[in-house]
Amino acid sequence: MIVFEKRPSPSRFWAAVTPVLAVLATMIAGGVMFWLLGKDPLVAIRTIFWDPLFDPTFGAYSRPQLLVKAGPLILIAIGLSIGFRAGIWNIGAEGQYIIGAIVGAGVGLAFYPTESRLIFPLMVLAGAFGGWLWAMIPAFLRVRFGTNEILVSLMLVYVAEAMLASVSQGLLRNPDGMGFPGSRNFKEYPAAHNGEIIAGTGMHWGVVMALIAVIFAYLLLSRHMLGFQVRLSGEAPRAARFSGVKPARLVLFCLGLSGALAGMAGLFEVTGPAGQVSIDFGSGYGFTAIIVAFLGRLNPLGILLAGLLMALTYIGGDLASLMLGIPAAAIQLFQGMLLFFLLAMDIFTNFRIRLKKPEAA
Amino acid sequence: MKRRTILKGAGALALGSTLGSRVLAAGPTKVGFIYVGPIGDGGWTYQHDQGRLAVEAEFGDAVETVYQESVPEGADAVRAMTQMALQGAELIFATSFGYMDQVLEVAAKFPNVKFEHATGYKTADNVGVYSARFYEGRAVQGTIAGRMTRSNVIGYIASFPIPEVIRGINSAFIHARKVNPDVQFKVIWAYTWFDPAKEADAAKALIEQGADVILQHTDSTAPQAAAQEAGNVITFGQASDMAEYAPLPRVSSIIDNWAPYYVARTRAVMDGTWQSDNTWDGIGKGMVGIGEISSAVPAEVKAEAEALRDAIAAGSYHPFTGPLRKQDGSDWLAEGEVADDGTLAGMGFYVEGLEGDVPS
Repeated sequence: MIVFEKRPSPSRFWAAVTPVLAVLATMIAGGVMFWLLGKDPLVAIRTIFWDPLFDPTFGAYSRPQLLVKAGPLILIAIGLSIGFRAGIWNIGAEGQYIIGAIVGAGVGLAFYPTESRLIFPLMVLAGAFGGWLWAMIPAFLRVRFGTNEILVSLMLVYVAEAMLASVSQGLLRNPDGMGFPGSRNFKEYPAAHNGEIIAGTGMHWGVVMALIAVIFAYLLLSRHMLGFQVRLSGEAPRAARFSGVKPARLVLFCLGLSGALAGMAGLFEVTGPAGQVSIDFGSGYGFTAIIVAFLGRLNPLGILLAGLLMALTYIGGDLASLMLGIPAAAIQLFQGMLLFFLLAMDIFTNFRIRLKKPEAA
Repeated sequence: MKRRTILKGAGALALGSTLGSRVLAAGPTKVGFIYVGPIGDGGWTYQHDQGRLAVEAEFGDAVETVYQESVPEGADAVRAMTQMALQGAELIFATSFGYMDQVLEVAAKFPNVKFEHATGYKTADNVGVYSARFYEGRAVQGTIAGRMTRSNVIGYIASFPIPEVIRGINSAFIHARKVNPDVQFKVIWAYTWFDPAKEADAAKALIEQGADVILQHTDSTAPQAAAQEAGNVITFGQASDMAEYAPLPRVSSIIDNWAPYYVARTRAVMDGTWQSDNTWDGIGKGMVGIGEISSAVPAEVKAEAEALRDAIAAGSYHPFTGPLRKQDGSDWLAEGEVADDGTLAGMGFYVEGLEGDVPS
């Protein structure tokens, strides 16, 4: 008989090993799925995990793409993870990402066609401000009226999407666009364009900011008093209150920070890879970042790796659907399996598994 | 038919002699397709994929087609097209309006690859655009809808307020009013091309508001199913025939027939005669098809609709013929005047009689 024994504290060893096991389990279960679809499972797995990095035809193009895809995921996930650690659940990063993009792009477009070098930094600040403002709504409602920030932040995503559709067709619409929705393309607006810093590397300012955020979060959590308060609030809320943590200030800080980072990610994306404000600009990064945050164990370095891994499954998944004709839905299923196995494996972190001989009656 | 046999003969000859196959050393011509939805959507993307299959059927081993479905409109489309070009595709069809800037971006990096962008308007040396005059089909739909409605309320599930969609609403409305002066249109903007749940909700909301005809500019069959469930509501297939819902609720359809165009453009690439162009074909050239008008439609209405279809095909009637006014009452087209393509391509206004505003 198998018995689960609760560990007094989560195992650090298993917390580090389970993501690797989850990836392996995903490969096996996904391989079975591909096999059932009539595709060679080994080729499919190789196409997803190996070819984007090392294929002679695609590698040179898809390696930099890894950074492009991972950048916003990491930047958003870092912000979310700090809140999650404190037990503050911002589920609406997608909305903050969209609003950040709208506000930041709006500032840039208002000055079109300036050539000032100051415009891009100003847009970054505006983007962060937009995301921060959007996150302040659930934060304020929670602090003032005790509403649930999960629901409020999630619902605000749909409001943000409606605003995105509205500005794409109205306020920010390209005046030279013959009435079609969508703003001017930032690729044709050099001062405001978030291009590659070194051509062919995929490295744009959003990726740089993501790396800075990783370092910043690491220092905050391990070296700073505020980081200690964050961790304490999540792990022992009562003890935190006794030790003088003000819950309201922590809520404002965590939601504000994650909102600002998500808003910045939106700005970097809209001025860089996406190029324009359009109705379907919101591509789900804000939600995927939640998966990345947990896949990375809410740990800054873990999130860095998890973001790159997630990006790899996206790019590899695209490649697999192109090269092998695997349906897009199967690729999404494959990515879903990753989160499923990760959460399922949490049992090893929190429980000790013992084999017990059935006692004689 | 003849051309196909000649081509097959040539293919066999080439295979028969090693010299021949060496001449064709480049191997089959690779043609890529980028789809915005899943190929099983039963509508827009399904029809584009039928076009792809027609290319395969036409050229056999001389072509190899690849496709990627459900590609979001944005940065992901750049990657999808770049990977196709790297893989050796010589011709890429990007089959949604939202890929426009991405097509131009990738096309600039691969000057030797030809791109065809559906429903767009920006061209380059290696980027051509093509679309169909769906509004011609909408005129036929509007005629049937105006004749068939008993509540005089016609529901319209619109996708995005872009000229193509607004054109369709206007065309259907003009022709419904022509045969039934009491008809009203209720328009719901779904802000999606394909979302069965949203489309079903929109259809139900319209039916609750008294609509007994549902027109749709979205791609799934969900509105058909919702109408079937409600009963006494008629619909029209969108993009593909959706014949599985005939004879009721689906009484007819607009069918996008991309196959002849895709075959012609692929042949042009193989011949080396491909040139960037701007194609906008309608019922006459067969790019827009009117699906079988079902037995639920009275014979005289069917005859009237078919006469309109034939007049449009023959070029003797244009769906936007004056006198027509804009919604605000200002004059647009004088008696007998026909709308020019430029105005139609950028159409952002409703015609007189439509209620509500074009969202902005």
